[in-house]
Amino acid sequence: MKPLLLSHFTVTSAIGCGVQQTLASMREQRSGLTPCNFDTVDLPTFIGGVSAVDTIQMPDRLADFDCRNNRLAQLGLEQDGFADAVKAAVAKYGASRIGVFMGTSTSGILQTELAYRRLDPVTGALPSDFVYDKTQNTFSVADFTRQYFGLKGPAVAISSACSSSAKVFGSARRMIETGLIDAAVVGGVDTLCLTTLYGFNSLGLLSTQACRPFDIGRDGISVGEAAAFALLERVPDNSASDAVLLLGIGESSDAYHMSSPHPEGLGARMAMEGALKMAGLEARDIDYINLHGTATQSNDAAESKAVNAVFGNKTPSSSTKGGTGHTLGAAGGVEAVISALALQHGLMPAGLNTRELDPALGVNYLLENREQKISRVLSNSFGFGGTNCSLVFGRAN
Amino acid sequence: MSESSINNSNPVTLSAYIEGIGLIGPSFNDWPSSQPLLTGKQPYQPSKTVLPPPLLLPAAERRRSSDIIKLSLAIMVEAMNAAEVDAASLPSVFTLSNGDGYNCHAINAMLASDDRQISPTRFHNSVHNAAAGYCSIATGAMTPSSVLCAHDASFGAGLLEAMSQVNVDQTRCVLVATDTNYPEPMYSVRKIYDSLGIALVLAPEPSPQTLAKITLSITDAVADQLPDAALEAIRLSIPAARGLPLLAAIALGKPVSVVLDYLDDSRLALTVEPIERQPC
Repeated sequence: MKPLLLSHFTVTSAIGCGVQQTLASMREQRSGLTPCNFDTVDLPTFIGGVSAVDTIQMPDRLADFDCRNNRLAQLGLEQDGFADAVKAAVAKYGASRIGVFMGTSTSGILQTELAYRRLDPVTGALPSDFVYDKTQNTFSVADFTRQYFGLKGPAVAISSACSSSAKVFGSARRMIETGLIDAAVVGGVDTLCLTTLYGFNSLGLLSTQACRPFDIGRDGISVGEAAAFALLERVPDNSASDAVLLLGIGESSDAYHMSSPHPEGLGARMAMEGALKMAGLEARDIDYINLHGTATQSNDAAESKAVNAVFGNKTPSSSTKGGTGHTLGAAGGVEAVISALALQHGLMPAGLNTRELDPALGVNYLLENREQKISRVLSNSFGFGGTNCSLVFGRAN
Repeated sequence: MSESSINNSNPVTLSAYIEGIGLIGPSFNDWPSSQPLLTGKQPYQPSKTVLPPPLLLPAAERRRSSDIIKLSLAIMVEAMNAAEVDAASLPSVFTLSNGDGYNCHAINAMLASDDRQISPTRFHNSVHNAAAGYCSIATGAMTPSSVLCAHDASFGAGLLEAMSQVNVDQTRCVLVATDTNYPEPMYSVRKIYDSLGIALVLAPEPSPQTLAKITLSITDAVADQLPDAALEAIRLSIPAARGLPLLAAIALGKPVSVVLDYLDDSRLALTVEPIERQPC
């Protein structure tokens, strides 16, 4: 593929609003996971919440979009000068030449969950202030982002569970290459809701502690929420040496099971190999792997087999979900930004909460931060339905 | 639909060759028998959509499959059989404006009750890519699958993604655009009253299976309506049916231009050139 420039990016999660707070948390190896106190949830688990989302007011013109997911989207896109960067891109390319590709798994479903508590006791009707299309519908966060910026180009939500906001890079890459657009706002936003907390609980996949990826005693995920955005453009003739480029994308399906990964990690392996191939790179060219690393028994086992098959057991790797929690449809975008920060700042982040590595997994899993200049990072995102996506990012120089 | 050219707001065009079509919806049981209904050669009288059982799925998955899974699998298989392509080899684009509405309602009702213990099957069927996941299990396709939503613009968004794959990656792909209905109380806020699905196998080059060449651009022209009032009502009610004018154009069997609904401020202009299938 022709590399693309991540000209601007931002992330807001349990470890910070914006890249400076995020980077500081990474340097301090600080986790954002706390015992679950969300809404009326009565599950013994930990969450990665973003408390600042409760302070967000939507502008009047976008009032119909008001829900936790779009509030978090707004909080996120107002960090790090990202909104100004998009406005500058509109001035440069025109609003109809910028596409929007947003990943989400649950969109604004919390709004519907809350509305169902207020059904008319006689008719069973939803409350009249419930706005389905601007909140619950999966397109909502893409539509919100498009309207927030006044963009006029193609727009879509990508919703393939926990690969959603990695896959947005693939769709944006293709549409930029067609020439239909010159730039793309890509990202992912998912917020806490009862569906995912009780859903993962039903599968026995919620950790009772802060999640411990690749630990011998790992017992499941900690659900988190996050918003991540990036502005993708063609690479200019001269870019800064620490500019971050998207070099390759690999996508595959497991064709195995709805909620369990392929036991040998075959689909994951195909995604990683596909990303390397598209980037024109060999496994040895990758300096750091940001693992999907959810801390479920099955994901970490399958992913380590796949990583071993492609990379062997030497490449420094970690999962950053011990800090952020598993932000589901936002995870690919969050970890793309963390990969970009790793490249710009020469910081391979430690995997947090993990006390005793599972020796059966055989991955060079970082338990402490490692600081050194790195040139290329691979980031994995896998999801329910057997959907896999790997991204390769690199420094311009 | 018109035979005149269309003024486009974006000069870029994308072309693809349609090799197979799948269609199920109200009174639409498959693509061959639906063509005279779409061209007006036979009168159209809507009757409830009939979904075939998902025989390709293993027994466990078959038991857990909902309408959107049955619909997606049936139209995808019809299109791929017509195109004579190996199902396991095709990248796919799934686009749907909603997921499984009955499952969504059941989960929301449980979460608002005293018993919030939703079942694992309900949970994994709630993901927007449930149909994509079941279809890959059914066909064994380990190929990439993009799963999209653009509310009422979902058909257009899916067609754009599929055409981008065909043009940029020079690959065949299958587009599966589906919607199924919501029960009350959701129906009152999302009035999709029945199921409809359209599948297209798209290719970068012509082949003996080619039915038509389509060329797409983004336009601000007004979307074409369907001349039959009952068909037009379906086009407006079911987002996947926004693609019906394209199928009607293909069924006509002569070169035409057609404008499909897309986002509030843009539509998709398509030229359709039928291609006579080569005898085997």
